[in-house]
Amino acid sequence: MTAAVARRSDLRFRIGLNLRSIVGRAYPRVIGANREPSWIFFEAVLPLLSIAAYVFIYRTIALNQVAANPVDAPRILANMNALVASVVLGGAMVAFWLNVLWSMASQLYWEKEIGNLQLYMMAPMNRMALLGGMAVGGMFMTSVRAVSTLVAGVVVFGVVFQVANPLMLLAVFFVTLVALYGLGMFFASLYLLWGREAWNLSALMEEPIFFSSGFYFPLGGLYQSGGWGSAVAVLGSIIPAGLGLDALRQLTLGETAFGGKFWVLSAPVELEILVVLAVGFLILARYALAYLETLAKREGKLTSRHQ
Amino acid sequence: MSTYWRTFKTAAWLGWQMDSNWTEPWLFVIYSIVKPVAGAFILIFMYVVIWSINGIPDPHSFAFLYIGNAFFIFVGSTLLGTFQVIQSDREWYQTIRYVYISPISYYVYILGRAFSKIVVSVFAVLITLAFGVFLLGSYGVQMQLSLDRLPLFFVSLALGLFVLLAIGITLGAATFLMARHSQTLAEAVPGVFYVFCGVLFPLTILPSWGQAIGEAIPLTYWFEITRRILLPFQLNTGLAGFDDLEILAFLLVSTVIFFGLSIGVFKLGEYLARRAGKIDMTTSY
Repeated sequence: MTAAVARRSDLRFRIGLNLRSIVGRAYPRVIGANREPSWIFFEAVLPLLSIAAYVFIYRTIALNQVAANPVDAPRILANMNALVASVVLGGAMVAFWLNVLWSMASQLYWEKEIGNLQLYMMAPMNRMALLGGMAVGGMFMTSVRAVSTLVAGVVVFGVVFQVANPLMLLAVFFVTLVALYGLGMFFASLYLLWGREAWNLSALMEEPIFFSSGFYFPLGGLYQSGGWGSAVAVLGSIIPAGLGLDALRQLTLGETAFGGKFWVLSAPVELEILVVLAVGFLILARYALAYLETLAKREGKLTSRHQ
Repeated sequence: MSTYWRTFKTAAWLGWQMDSNWTEPWLFVIYSIVKPVAGAFILIFMYVVIWSINGIPDPHSFAFLYIGNAFFIFVGSTLLGTFQVIQSDREWYQTIRYVYISPISYYVYILGRAFSKIVVSVFAVLITLAFGVFLLGSYGVQMQLSLDRLPLFFVSLALGLFVLLAIGITLGAATFLMARHSQTLAEAVPGVFYVFCGVLFPLTILPSWGQAIGEAIPLTYWFEITRRILLPFQLNTGLAGFDDLEILAFLLVSTVIFFGLSIGVFKLGEYLARRAGKIDMTTSY
């Protein structure tokens, strides 16, 4: 065994190499973002307006309902606050989902287009470390938007969150993120094989997922609609954001919000499912990446651009 | 003029090919319809949830937002169509240098590329409207379009689409100078119009400064007149003091202003990008 081979098979060296790869891949996202200040405006400020639109829909209808039945005003306004808070939480989650779609899933496809992928493939680190670095950098970039959405929710829209179990809340949030980015890694491997379908698939997974995962309304409403609505909700729950949002809403609005009738499952059960999804997606991503890399090489698509 | 027309036609054909030839036609049709219909379903379930929780229907508000959302499909697709041209040519296909130095108007080229998206979105709007009228009647979605109102409808539609293109190019000029965030821009900028143009709710729900912003944006008048033509009832949108022709005149004047603005801003963005050497830059982080 040569010294170089022995060094490469040394566990400490491999762990260090992959950790450096994670930092190295996260670095340009964090630093690149800082070098492009316009990004803050476009990522953090403008998206708030779409969220505001959904907030105003609930406000408009709730105020009309109060006008129709003034006696019931306190209950209607309390429900309105809960729905507005749901939109704000959903808006924060939208930031992560868009990041998963555009900066995780389609990233390897993008790297292929601009000619970086072959360099990554030649580098000695594990591909999962590369994706992990993209995820860490992406989470940082996206947190700015998510935090600004939450702050705007509280300051501008007067949303009141009641957090009774902060540890559980943090656990749900981080497990949801891990599951989401695990799904992103899995998609990234699929996109290695695809050409322009990748871009279009990402575009297709915006509004349909916002709908089926209940980003702007309680997912339980879709579950309870019966028939195709329930089927769509079950499919939407495969995306970790669906159950993650449902649990986050329970933990920040209280289980009695919306009369307690629009929750899918209890928060602890949803956390358990999210853990299973997170582990499952990461394992799936690991094997899919290895398999699809081989397949892409075999079919000559690994570095073929503009298809 | 013939050069402009030839550029427009060729760019529109190129845009159509780039949008659609990645898959089978039937899959492209489904793809083009699923996104806007899913967007409509978000609003439907928002309404269903608040109705169900509070037990009080509000069909007029729902019809108002449904029609507004259907026509907003034009806004999203036209803006995306204009925003993404510069960045996709520059960063993705890396062909901007060849197109840019060719003896055509790059402005007209962008118009042509965006036009193909408008054509596709016509079908999405029609399907969304038909879905609402035929399947959501019990929720309050109703529509009327008498023959004598047809000319007004088509004139306002043409002006609305033209002003959208002008706004898109005005803002798209900024992408000459930006890193590859046009996707975010295309997602974020429609949010401005979503909130301030009375698309989903009457302007009167906004604070007075928000209403003032809305009244300065031409799209507000386009949505107002479109709903006046199509809905059998009117909500108080704060523009009740103006008749249809006055609203149309506002739309016409603002269209002309934005067209001039789009040319000026486009030339400025182009000049600054050339001076900074950014015309064919790539940003890969």
